[in-house]
Amino acid sequence: MSLAGTTQAFDGIENGSAAKMQPRWRRRLRRRLFPYVLLAPSLLFLGLFTYLPVVRVVVESLHDRPHGTGAAMVSFVGFGNYSKVLADPAFRQAALNNLVYALGTLIPTLVLALAFALAVQRSNRFSAVLRTVFFLPSLVPLVAAASLFFFIFLPGVGLLDYYLAKIGITGPNWLGDSDIALWSVIGLTVWKNAGYYMLFYIAGLQNIPHDTIEAALIDGANAWQRLRYVILPALLPTTSFVVVIALINLLTSVDHVIVLTRGGPSNATNLLLYYIFQSAHENFEIGKAAAATLLSVAVLLAISLASMRIMGRGAQP
Amino acid sequence: MALLATVAFLWATPFLWTLVASFRPEGAGSVNMASLVPDTPQTLDNFRNALESGAFGLYYLNTIIVVLGLLAVQCVTVSLAGYAFARLRFPGRDVLFYVFLLQLMLVPPALIVPNLRTVVDLGLYDTLPGVMAPYFASAFGTFLMRQTFLALPRDFEEAAAIDGAPWWAIVWYVLLPMAQPGLVAFAIVSVTAHWNEFLWPLMVINDPAKQTLTIGLAAFTRGAEGGKEWGVLAAGTLLVMAPLAVVFVAFQRRFVDSFVFSGVKG
Repeated sequence: MSLAGTTQAFDGIENGSAAKMQPRWRRRLRRRLFPYVLLAPSLLFLGLFTYLPVVRVVVESLHDRPHGTGAAMVSFVGFGNYSKVLADPAFRQAALNNLVYALGTLIPTLVLALAFALAVQRSNRFSAVLRTVFFLPSLVPLVAAASLFFFIFLPGVGLLDYYLAKIGITGPNWLGDSDIALWSVIGLTVWKNAGYYMLFYIAGLQNIPHDTIEAALIDGANAWQRLRYVILPALLPTTSFVVVIALINLLTSVDHVIVLTRGGPSNATNLLLYYIFQSAHENFEIGKAAAATLLSVAVLLAISLASMRIMGRGAQP
Repeated sequence: MALLATVAFLWATPFLWTLVASFRPEGAGSVNMASLVPDTPQTLDNFRNALESGAFGLYYLNTIIVVLGLLAVQCVTVSLAGYAFARLRFPGRDVLFYVFLLQLMLVPPALIVPNLRTVVDLGLYDTLPGVMAPYFASAFGTFLMRQTFLALPRDFEEAAAIDGAPWWAIVWYVLLPMAQPGLVAFAIVSVTAHWNEFLWPLMVINDPAKQTLTIGLAAFTRGAEGGKEWGVLAAGTLLVMAPLAVVFVAFQRRFVDSFVFSGVKG
């Protein structure tokens, strides 16, 4: 309505031919802008919470701002925060732990996810129940899983030690021993995630044409050969996709560490994101947290760029 | 087959224990707390204690506000953006598509520190909208809706356009009803993710009255460290897990399809 009014007002001023051009020009402009208007709400929030934070983190990582001081105390320190972070034994430990945690979780998770998928792919009642059992852990909050495993790992009276004692084994201090704690956390994560990735393998298996497997059968391939030479190659896209989302997940969730170990004992379960959380939220070292954030963002981007082709293909029509 | 059943039993053990322990009377003592054999008589005391000692009613309410409020905003942003990417041609479309795509890798949890500063600057610190804000735009949701719209035939829209319907009426009355499966899939994934979220609300919320279920449960778990109230902890954990688990068992097919769709398409 208001647009029509403005156009009429213009009609009065402009000469005849221009007046005829004007509305069409404005209409076309409106049509041109329309897509961007639809994208605007999303772009606003992407800008605020995906792009602005990256800029912020770059700026903050280059400055030092002692806790409790105002903007006046901010000083440029160049790569000072980076050298501080890289020299911090806790950071190095966290980075190393995260590597062990990522690989130690990823490999068993993938193997189990595929094994589960192969075991439950048939559609009968028993398989349906098993699918539910395997998938259910990925539906519960990581915090709830941590609460459960807090009791499972409890020395002496916990679920694990209670039943190990029945077969005459004395378990170690699952979360208190710095050589074992990280592996306990890994165990929890494998339990939590294997069923989720199983879903992708089930979907992947369904996409393998029956002829391919039948042909292998006719050629006399045994179960192992069918898996090794037919199924695994056909599942390669699924596997690369799962590896990417699993790695992103392993770098960006530390809820269980916060509840179970708080990075301890003696930093044995400290992971990158927990280190960042601790630096910012408990020690108020913003510059250090920013530098560590940027380093982990760099790792995330490296993983993603390596897989951009796969992800891009998935998103294309 | 026996191996499979054993593994499945092992996988279900944490849940079985939660169920058994949460109905176990307090007097059973902590020595046999780990037993998977149900006790008689059963009791609801643990649930009563859990509900009383943690403000679970309030936590439920806060979590529901966050999850549904977020979903409402997301439905608008992802439908509009999904429609634009699926149906309109405009300069810079591919570049903008990648601008969205990047959010799949620069996931909000990685950016908690700078995002907290932004939330403080916006005056949203210690508010529930502050918990929701970083997720208002969803790359995953946008792709999902784009795929959904692309799969719909254009005939209906064209007919409506010839009848002179404005674009929003076409989206609201013609496209969205047909795109319902996509929206439901997105809703399932979004609700699950944010019902379970912990680290970000932990950073944003300070006021105990605004805490969500996961924060309440974590505080509860730490509280149980000292005492030996494992039955109460089990009951509390069950209270947090139960709603999603029940919905999942009821709509299993839909859930599984949504999660697979979430991976394959986005």
